Amino acid sequence: MAKTSGSLTKKHTRISDIILKILIFLSSGIVVALTLGIIIYIIARGLEGMSWNFLSTPAFSYPFENYGVLGNIINTLYLVVITILIATPIGVGAAIYLTEYAKQGKLTRIIEFTTETLAGIPSIIYGLFGSVFFYNIFKVNYSILTGALTLSIMVLPTIIRTTQEAIKTVPMGYREGAIGLGAAKWHTIRTVVLPSCIDGILTSVILSIGRIVGESAALIFTAGIAAEIGINSIGDIFTKVMDQGGSLTVQLYQYAQRGGAEMKYAFSTALVLLVTVLVINICAKLVAYRIRKKRSA
Amino acid sequence: MTNNTVQESVKISTRNVDLYYGENHALKDINLDIKTNKITAFIGPSGCGKSTYLKSLNRMNDLIPDCKITGKFLLDGEDIYAEGVDTSVLRRRIGMVFQKPNPFPMSIYDNIAYGPRVHGIKSKAKLDRIVEESLIGAAVFDEVKDRLHKSALSLSGGQQQRICIARAIAVQPEVILMDEPTSALDPVSTLKIEELMNTLKEKYTVAIVTHNMQQATRISDYTAFFLVGEMVEYAQTEELFSRPKDKRTEDYITGRFG
Repeated sequence: MAKTSGSLTKKHTRISDIILKILIFLSSGIVVALTLGIIIYIIARGLEGMSWNFLSTPAFSYPFENYGVLGNIINTLYLVVITILIATPIGVGAAIYLTEYAKQGKLTRIIEFTTETLAGIPSIIYGLFGSVFFYNIFKVNYSILTGALTLSIMVLPTIIRTTQEAIKTVPMGYREGAIGLGAAKWHTIRTVVLPSCIDGILTSVILSIGRIVGESAALIFTAGIAAEIGINSIGDIFTKVMDQGGSLTVQLYQYAQRGGAEMKYAFSTALVLLVTVLVINICAKLVAYRIRKKRSA
Repeated sequence: MTNNTVQESVKISTRNVDLYYGENHALKDINLDIKTNKITAFIGPSGCGKSTYLKSLNRMNDLIPDCKITGKFLLDGEDIYAEGVDTSVLRRRIGMVFQKPNPFPMSIYDNIAYGPRVHGIKSKAKLDRIVEESLIGAAVFDEVKDRLHKSALSLSGGQQQRICIARAIAVQPEVILMDEPTSALDPVSTLKIEELMNTLKEKYTVAIVTHNMQQATRISDYTAFFLVGEMVEYAQTEELFSRPKDKRTEDYITGRFG
């Protein structure tokens, strides 16, 4: 038999390997337990105050007390839709400019640095700024539009950065192929580059929706705390954007602040938020999956 | 070039071409005529400037910042780099096939129709006809005719490259530039594309960059040998490979370096 330099079957285990393994298992275990724990706790406490009435009526205190979130659900939807409608075109446009047009140099680096800094600013500062800045424009103390504009500024960095990264992953070959056929630059971007990174752009939108739904500090000063539905006619659907409108998170804050018996409604609101975020995430995964499947089919 | 026949006309003529990438002098005083309806091969070791030269013919280097080009480029006597030249028209007349098959992430049909649409063709009937003719012209029609509306990315590498050739001929170019079109393909796919090139030259003028000297001898009529930015030798392919005039060409084709 030939001389071997080590047996293939004999296992060499070191004590440090074992310790490391245990630590890794422990940390992942803590993460899973925490996540599951929070979710289960919210579901359990949230179900206490949950009822059809809670979901289908707005909160009000006169002529009698009513605990509901319908008004806040509608306000949240308004905030999401308006913010996305404002922030997506601006953010995607800025990302296209920065990656495809701007000369890579000092100026683009400054813009990118500013964008990143913007992303790190605490949201309450956006709220403070938005309430003062947009008050000067609209002369309204609180409105859904003010809230949505403030949130737009807040989510712009997310949309710009994510879209930029998505655009950068589009193979150079696609651009060369289109340019080589005589396509102009904007035509190439519109017909080849953007469609190839649409899932990246969608991801940025979904991430932004997540932030919008979860935001509260920036909204208390800007969109206000009103919980009524405020839609009595077709025209109201549009004029509502100039009305005050508290989001789900703001309502949660109010229920929690009053505490006592209303605490369970705070948890019910949290449950609604949790489900909303879950649904958004599932939708995002589905959309991304379908796009990827369509492209390779 | 003793047996140069009279009916051979020049499609693209380049004179005193110098090209710089920033400080890097990538092409040095290139003088070369590409003949109509012939296949001209550019060979040489990596970084010798052959791809750079090819890309300067339809101004793909315009995309690269810090790229400076001097000298004369004439397509049928017209200056390619003159002011006011519409690069869209130029690139329609001088098409390109790239090293890595780069079909767009869309259907086979939309890939082929992309160029014609860029140049303003909207009629469905017209596009249908162009797509079919181009796929036939690129010898890939039979393989894909039942799945024209499937993604081009679902095809094999060799099929993808023929789709790219079909996409290039869909805009009815006069010249097709090919930048190592088979280097990413297996031998069978390579053979198919080489066969295709032989039929392509009946209608088009073809210029091809290749790493593979056997390929150059198999398919090309003329060969130019590039070395560190210089064009060392340019002759009919048979001549260049059997009786190279320059010592450096001889060393390269006999495999002494490169």
